[in-house]
Amino acid sequence: MTAIASVFPATPSSSTALDAVRIKQLYFSYPGKLSAAVLDIPEWRIKQGDRVFIQGPSGSGKSTLLNLLAGILIATQGSINILGQDLGKLSARKRDAFRANHLGIVFQQFNLIPYLSVLDNIRLAAYFGNKDSSDIDLRAQQLFAALGLNRMLVTKQAGELSVGQQQRVAIARALINSPEILIADEPTSALDSATRDTFMKLLINISQMQGITLVFVSHDIALAQHFQHVVNLTEINRARISSNVR
Amino acid sequence: MFAKVAWHSLQNRRYTAILTIISVAISTFVLLGVEHIRHEAKESFSKTVSGVDLIVGARTSQVNLLLYSVFHIGNPTNNISWQSYRELADDPKVAWTIPISLGDSHQGYRVMGTTDDFFMRFRFGKNTALSFSEGEAFSQLFDVVLGAEVAKKLNYRVGDPILLAHGLGRISFSMHDDKPFRVKGILRPTGTPADQTLYISLQGMEAIHLDWRDGVKIPGKKVSDSDIDALDLTPKSITAFMIGLQSKMAIFSVQRHINQYPKEPLLAILPGITLTELWQMMNSMENTLRLISILVLFSSLLGLSTMLLSSIRERQREIAVMRAIGASPLFVFLIIQIEALMITLVGIIVAIVVLAIGILLIQSTLAENYGIFINHFSINNQTLGIVGIIILSTFILGLIPSLSAYRMSLHHGLVERS
Repeated sequence: MTAIASVFPATPSSSTALDAVRIKQLYFSYPGKLSAAVLDIPEWRIKQGDRVFIQGPSGSGKSTLLNLLAGILIATQGSINILGQDLGKLSARKRDAFRANHLGIVFQQFNLIPYLSVLDNIRLAAYFGNKDSSDIDLRAQQLFAALGLNRMLVTKQAGELSVGQQQRVAIARALINSPEILIADEPTSALDSATRDTFMKLLINISQMQGITLVFVSHDIALAQHFQHVVNLTEINRARISSNVR
Repeated sequence: MFAKVAWHSLQNRRYTAILTIISVAISTFVLLGVEHIRHEAKESFSKTVSGVDLIVGARTSQVNLLLYSVFHIGNPTNNISWQSYRELADDPKVAWTIPISLGDSHQGYRVMGTTDDFFMRFRFGKNTALSFSEGEAFSQLFDVVLGAEVAKKLNYRVGDPILLAHGLGRISFSMHDDKPFRVKGILRPTGTPADQTLYISLQGMEAIHLDWRDGVKIPGKKVSDSDIDALDLTPKSITAFMIGLQSKMAIFSVQRHINQYPKEPLLAILPGITLTELWQMMNSMENTLRLISILVLFSSLLGLSTMLLSSIRERQREIAVMRAIGASPLFVFLIIQIEALMITLVGIIVAIVVLAIGILLIQSTLAENYGIFINHFSINNQTLGIVGIIILSTFILGLIPSLSAYRMSLHHGLVERS
C-alpha cells in the first residue's frame, strides 16, 4: 500500500467542516397522480471522509436515493446538499457536470460501455469531467496499479474483461476525475466470494488513501464489517414502504 | 469524443449498420442516378437540333412537325410542293434551307432525302456541326451517307452497296432493288436521331421512285441508268424543310409569313420552343420517377431510424452508464443523431462513388449501342442540394430514436428499476 500512498498523497479528511452529504426535509415521489412518497427523510448527513454502509431491502427506496444523490432526480421537496452544493439549485446541465467532477459511481455490473476500449471508457469519464486529457493516461495507469489491474488491459474492449476486472476498472473510471464522493451500488453482487473480498479491500483501501467519502449501498449485511458507519435506510426513511414502489 | 463513441457503437453493431448503410446507399444511388439521367436526357434532348431558326412543314400540330422532321417519329400529314419550297427559300431574309424528304427506309432506319446543305448547316448540341468519321458527303445520284449508329449496327463501310426499301417497316416487301446505293460517307456519332438515319440526295430519292406510282412499283417499267441522266430529277414535293435566317430578328415575321402562306397550308415552328413543349409533356413521367426515388429514400431512412430505435432498448444500461459519468441527456441525444448521420454520410459517399464509376463504365456502351450520351457524374449544386435534403431528412427521422434515448436518459435514472 505504500506504493499507493506515494502516488496519491492523502488529502486531509475529517477535519473539514463540510458535510459530504446533507439531507434536509427530503421528500420525494415520482411524478404521477397517485404515486405515494418513496422517500421522506427529515435529516441525514454524511461527513467528508466517512465510509458509510447503507443497508436496505429492495423497495426501500435505495435506487431513488442514489438517483437523488447523483442529481439525476430532483427532490420533490426539501434539499440535498452535496459538498456544500444544493443540487436542487443547479441547472440540469450543471448537475451533470457536478456529477462528473465530484461523484464516482460504481454499479452492480455493466459499468462499462462494452464496445469502447477500457482506456476509452476512462477517457470518456474524464471528458465529461473536463479534465486535461494528457494527464488521464498516466493517472489511469496509477489507478490500475493501485487496483491490481494489468496495464495491458487498457487496450482491450471493455466487454472482453471478466466481471471482476470490469468492476475494478469501474472503480478506476469512477476515480479518474478525483471525486470527493464514491457511490457504490451493490458492486459486489456479481462477484464470487473470493473476488468479493479482494474487491472490498481494494475499495476500502483506495478510498481511505484518497480520503474519499464512500457511500456503499447493499442489502448484504455481511459487508457491513468493512465500514465505520452502518445505516439502515428503513430507519431514516419515514415513507411507507409498499410493494409497488418503483 | 462524440464521433469516437458513435463510431465504436456502430462498429459494435456492424452487421445491422452495414445493412442500413447499403440500404441508404441504394436509395441515394437511385435518387441521384435518376436526377442525373433526367438532367442528361433533357440536355441531350434539347440539343437535338440547334442553329436552325424555323422548321416548316405541312400544317399539323407543332409537336408533330418537330417529331417527324427532327426525331423521325410518326408520319407527316402532307407534303410541301417544290414551288412553295423554292419560293420561301428564295426569300431574301432566308440565308439557307435544308430540305427534308422522308418515306423510305433501310432495315428499320429512316432514309432522308436532303441536300449538301444538311451536312454544312445542320447543328446539334452546342452548335456542333456534323462531321464524317469516314468518307464524305454524297456527290453521285446513288450515293448514301450513313448515321453513326446505322453504320455500326449494320456493319457498313464506305463503298458497301445498300438497297433501300419503300415504306418504313423493318421488313419490307417492296424493295428498291433495281437501284442499289453505295455508301459514300459515315457521320460521327451525335447522340441525336441523326445517328439513326441514312441520307441521300433529293435527286436520288426522286430517281428511285421514277418507275413507281402511288407507292407501288409499275410492273415491267424500268428506267435504265442511262435514261436517268437525261431526266429532270427535280422533286415535285418535299416533306419539310429547315430554315436559317439572315437575321434572328426576322424569325417572327418569317414565321407569320409562312403560317399565312396563301398557296398552301403550312406551319413554321421554332424548334427550341417546341422542344421545350415536348419535354414538358414528359413532365409527369419525370415527376413519377422522382417521386418513386424519394419514396425509396424515405423508406430507407425510416429503416435507419427503426434500426437505431430498436438499438436503444438494448442500450438502456449503456445510457445509464453515460449518465452516471456525467453525460447530459443532450449528449445521449447527439450520440444517436451522429450515429444516424454517420450511416447516412457513408451511404451517400458509397452511392456517389458507385454512381460515378457506374456511369464511367456504361457511358461508352450507352453511346455506342443506344446513341444516348451521358456526361460523367459530377457533384454540382443540385447534387449538393439533394445531399443536404437527405441529411436534413436523416436528422428529422433520427429524432425518433434520439428523442427516445433522450427521454430514457432523463427518466430511467441510473439504476434499473424492477
